[in-house]
Amino acid sequence: MSNKPLTLAEKLWRDHLVVKGENGAPDLLYIDLHLIHEVTSPQAFDGLRLAGRGIRRKDLTIATEDHNTPTADIHLPIADATSRAQVQALRDNTAEYGVRIHSLGDKNQGIVHVVGPQLGLTMPGLTVVCGDSHTSTHGAFGALAMGIGTSEVEHVLATQTLPLQPFKTMAINVEGTLRPGVSAKDIILAVIAKISTGGGQGYVLEYRGSAIRALSMEGRMTICNMSIEAGARAGLIAPDQTTFDYLKGRPHAPEGADWDQALADWSDLVTDDGAVFDKEVFIDADTLDPFVTWGTNPGQGVSLMDSVPDPESFSDPSQRAAAQKALDYMDLKAGTKMKDIQVDTVFLGSCTNARIEDLRAAAEIIEGKTKAPNIRMMVVPGSARVRLQAEAEGLDKIFKDFGADWRFAGCSMCLGMNPDQLAPGERAASTSNRNFEGRQGKGARTHLVSPMVAAATAIRGTLSAPADLEQ
Amino acid sequence: MEKISNFTGIAAPLKLSNVDTDQIIPAVFLKRITKTGFEDGLFANWRQKEDFVLNQEPYQNASVLITGSDFGTGSSREHAVWALKDYGFKAVFSSKFADIFLGNSGKQGLIAGVISEADTEKLWKLIDENPGVEVEVDLPSQEIRLGAEVVSFDIDEYTKWRLTEGLDDIGITLQNEAAIAAYEAKRESWKPKTLPAKGV
Ligand code: SF4
Repeated sequence: MSNKPLTLAEKLWRDHLVVKGENGAPDLLYIDLHLIHEVTSPQAFDGLRLAGRGIRRKDLTIATEDHNTPTADIHLPIADATSRAQVQALRDNTAEYGVRIHSLGDKNQGIVHVVGPQLGLTMPGLTVVCGDSHTSTHGAFGALAMGIGTSEVEHVLATQTLPLQPFKTMAINVEGTLRPGVSAKDIILAVIAKISTGGGQGYVLEYRGSAIRALSMEGRMTICNMSIEAGARAGLIAPDQTTFDYLKGRPHAPEGADWDQALADWSDLVTDDGAVFDKEVFIDADTLDPFVTWGTNPGQGVSLMDSVPDPESFSDPSQRAAAQKALDYMDLKAGTKMKDIQVDTVFLGSCTNARIEDLRAAAEIIEGKTKAPNIRMMVVPGSARVRLQAEAEGLDKIFKDFGADWRFAGCSMCLGMNPDQLAPGERAASTSNRNFEGRQGKGARTHLVSPMVAAATAIRGTLSAPADLEQ
Repeated sequence: MEKISNFTGIAAPLKLSNVDTDQIIPAVFLKRITKTGFEDGLFANWRQKEDFVLNQEPYQNASVLITGSDFGTGSSREHAVWALKDYGFKAVFSSKFADIFLGNSGKQGLIAGVISEADTEKLWKLIDENPGVEVEVDLPSQEIRLGAEVVSFDIDEYTKWRLTEGLDDIGITLQNEAAIAAYEAKRESWKPKTLPAKGV
């Protein structure tokens, strides 16, 4: 083995190389964990059947239902016929091929990116894929985790490998200490605003620095989750004691001698001193404010203390046009203070921010407070287990007393695919990851926010920081 | 997969940048479980507007799309490529594509060629001057020909080879069966298995 210093991403790549591609052909990489859900898998199973192929490693494959599933009355048949058909197809396909599935009503059901980590299946040193772009979430453990398309899902099912072109590497250095009321979500929104939604294209991002080290696994997952919003193929954080503590004792975490061996192997999962990134970005955590979006892509964000920008302030003509189009869609005027924007709905949910810590952070802020009368609030745990845990801690009661709607687990309002949708023109403060036109329902307007900002907004009725509540 | 070399078709100008996959095919169309029939989902929200380019008569039968930069950003949904193909598009040209979209296109037999921004503008102008004009897309020589104008496009060598040979991904990989088995034989024992299920 050569002694050239390597970045973490390069080590993960090296460790999974099955065949080195020649003459421009991609490298063939082994896939350690394949997560499946109902939207991107039916055609993959169809393809297998048509070609008469089987699944190579069903013991490295797991399925859950999330995108289409309702978050209320889950005992009833799914009302929408096509949603029902997709979920049924997943159940039929997994039964036919012997793949483990956690269906609606099962205590391990939930958003695929919440389920993998909580079962202890996501761990350092793996390659993880799923037919969903937010697979980047799992990079928080020091795993190379990538979203793939349906034909790649079929490829992994059939071969447990994936042909991939090497990526470039980018270091995102976040140094300093976050102020109270500022969280991981604000870091990643600020990163995307800084490098733009195309800035990460072709790169694997490695988040580094003291502010990242200080984050819990939940916070790290929030950051890696939205790497894809910066256009990156994956996001990574080197594993450390926080990672190991999170994993230990989880159902599928290694035990005994395997645990010791794993710890030894994982200790190498850091970027070597002297390794060179293709690009480096620096973010100062000390001065970071809560961050919110004003436009229709996740890069169109500002500090919550700022105002809606003037399209004329963008020197790049296509950005200027995009800003104007976004303001029209969002029905916002340049110069309006972000904190004066009144919202209709607060959505606390999605694979970005619906883990237990996110619910705790929001509950702590709203406990004993009164909801603004103009607000409807929906709280959707990321998984059935998160829901159970929250109920054990009494968080559900805090949300319900506040007047929020306490739901069952799923993707919910993160995308307009299940019954939880915004009405045309409705404005939401949402802890999810995408504010595209129509993402949360046709004509819906989305402001991406952190769980703490979501909670403060539900109390005040306008976009707000927790600090605003004390005044 | 069908082999592609060169073809002639109507080119439609989509003068927008940052066309994300939610615009190419809104989420509501993703629910089907078949691999075909997604043509009605293509740009579904925009197609409700009469003045949208694909609603203009010469472009209803377009098979080549010339679009602005950052095409196919957002979600990884392969349905975006299926919808374009089912509608009848054989090639899309832009100065910049999202990585996942680019990968999905190669696998599904859709040419996603990169042209310069200047060439994008030039093609838009030529099409505007002559709506419904046919272009010749020549994959082996990586050229788009419109009358006397020739614009060259980039496509990586490997994808080009696959498209021209009409090769299926899985078949290519399975030629490496011995290497895959050898890799599996030395995988670490601490790596997780989903079966037998724990924590249920
Ligand atoms: S919560 Fe949203 S982003 Fe996450 S997997 Fe579901 S739909 Fe995708």
